[in-house]
Amino acid sequence: MGAQIAFWLLAPVMVLGALGMILARKPVHSALCLAAVMISLAVQYAALDAPFLFAVQIIVYTGAILMLFLFVLMLVGVDAADSLVETIRGQRPLAIVAGVGFGLLLVLAVGRAVVGPDIGLAADNAAYGGNVQGLANLIFTKYVIAFEATSALLITAAVGAMVLAHRERLTQRKTQGDLVGERMRRYAETGQHPGPLPTPGVYARHNAVDTPALLPDGTLSELSVSATLRNRSGQPDRRDLVRPIQRTIAELQADGELPQVTKPGAALTRRADLIPLEGSDKEHHGDTPGPGAEPDGGTA
Amino acid sequence: MTDHYIVLSAVLFAIGTIGFMTRRNAIVAFMCVELMLNASNLALVAFSHKTGALDGQIAAFFVMVVAAAEVVVGLAIIVTIFRTRRSASIDDANLLKF
Repeated sequence: MGAQIAFWLLAPVMVLGALGMILARKPVHSALCLAAVMISLAVQYAALDAPFLFAVQIIVYTGAILMLFLFVLMLVGVDAADSLVETIRGQRPLAIVAGVGFGLLLVLAVGRAVVGPDIGLAADNAAYGGNVQGLANLIFTKYVIAFEATSALLITAAVGAMVLAHRERLTQRKTQGDLVGERMRRYAETGQHPGPLPTPGVYARHNAVDTPALLPDGTLSELSVSATLRNRSGQPDRRDLVRPIQRTIAELQADGELPQVTKPGAALTRRADLIPLEGSDKEHHGDTPGPGAEPDGGTA
Repeated sequence: MTDHYIVLSAVLFAIGTIGFMTRRNAIVAFMCVELMLNASNLALVAFSHKTGALDGQIAAFFVMVVAAAEVVVGLAIIVTIFRTRRSASIDDANLLKF
C-alpha cells in the first residue's frame, strides 16, 4: 500500500521533471529537473525493496554525477543556449514523432508483457540478513568477474579524464620579473599607467562596482569601471551621480539643519556645468529649496 | 503493480530519447542519456522485485558504475571540445565528418 502511494505521488513528478528537463531553455534548469527525477527514483527504489540502491542512487547519481554536470556547466558557461539553426531540415518534428512512437511501442509492448504474480523480495532480503548482505553475496560469488572488470573500468575512466584534462604548455611560464618588465616597457612605449587601476566611485547613494569615480575636473574616470560592466549597463550620466547629494544638502540647508558652509575658492574648483553652486543660487532665490534640482538650466 | 513501474520506465526512456535527438547543447544531451540509464535501472529493479531475485538490483548497480565512468570521460571530452572550439553545441563538433 505504501509503495502504491509512493508510486502515484512520485510518478507525475518524475514525468513532469523529465519533460521539464528536455523543455527548459537553460541547462541549469535542466539539471535541477533531472535532480528531482533522480531523487524521486531513489524513493521508488526504496518502495521496491532496494534500500541499497536507494542510498547509492542518492549518493552516486544525485550527489556525484549531477554535481559533476553542474560543475561542467559552470565551466563552459551557463548561458550556452541551443542554436536554432537546423543542420538537418525538419529534424526536430521528426525526432519528436519518432520518440513518441518509440515510447508508445515500449509502453504497449513491454508494459503488457508482465504476467504472473509479484513475488517480492522479502524472502531474498531476509536470506542473508538484509538487502546489502544479499547483494554482497551475489557480487562476490556469482558476479565477481564483472565486479573485477568494474575496477578496471573505473581506473581507465580516471586515467582517461586526466589525459583529456591535461594541457601541454607550449610557451615558457612567465615569471614575476617578466611581468614587471612587460609592464614597464608598456609604460615607456605607450604611457600606460603601471600601477593598479582606480577604484570605483563612492557616493552617498551609490558605491557599487559599476559606479565610476569622478576625476578632479568633474569628468568620469573610464578606468575605474570594468569594461564588461560598462558595455552591459552603459555609462551613467555624471550629473545623476552628484545631483541627489546636492539636492539633499540644499534641502537641509534650507531647513536650517545644516550650517551654511562656504569654502574659500569653492567656485574656482567647481565646474559650473557639472555641479550647481548653491551659494550663488541662494543669493538669488532666497530660501527656496532645491536649487540643485535643475543643473542643466545653467551654462551649456 | 510491476507493469506500472515498467510503463513509467518506458515513458521516461522515451522522453530521454526525444531530448537526446532534439537538444543541441552537449551537456543537456548528455543529461538525457543519464535519464535513459535511470529509466532502464527502474525497469531492472521493478523486474527484480517481480521475479523475486536480487540479480536485477546487481545489474542496476553495475549500470550505475558504468554511468559514473561514462560521465567522467564524457564530460572531460565536452570540456576539451569547448576549450578548442569555444562552443558546447553538438553541431559545431563536425570535423570527423570529412
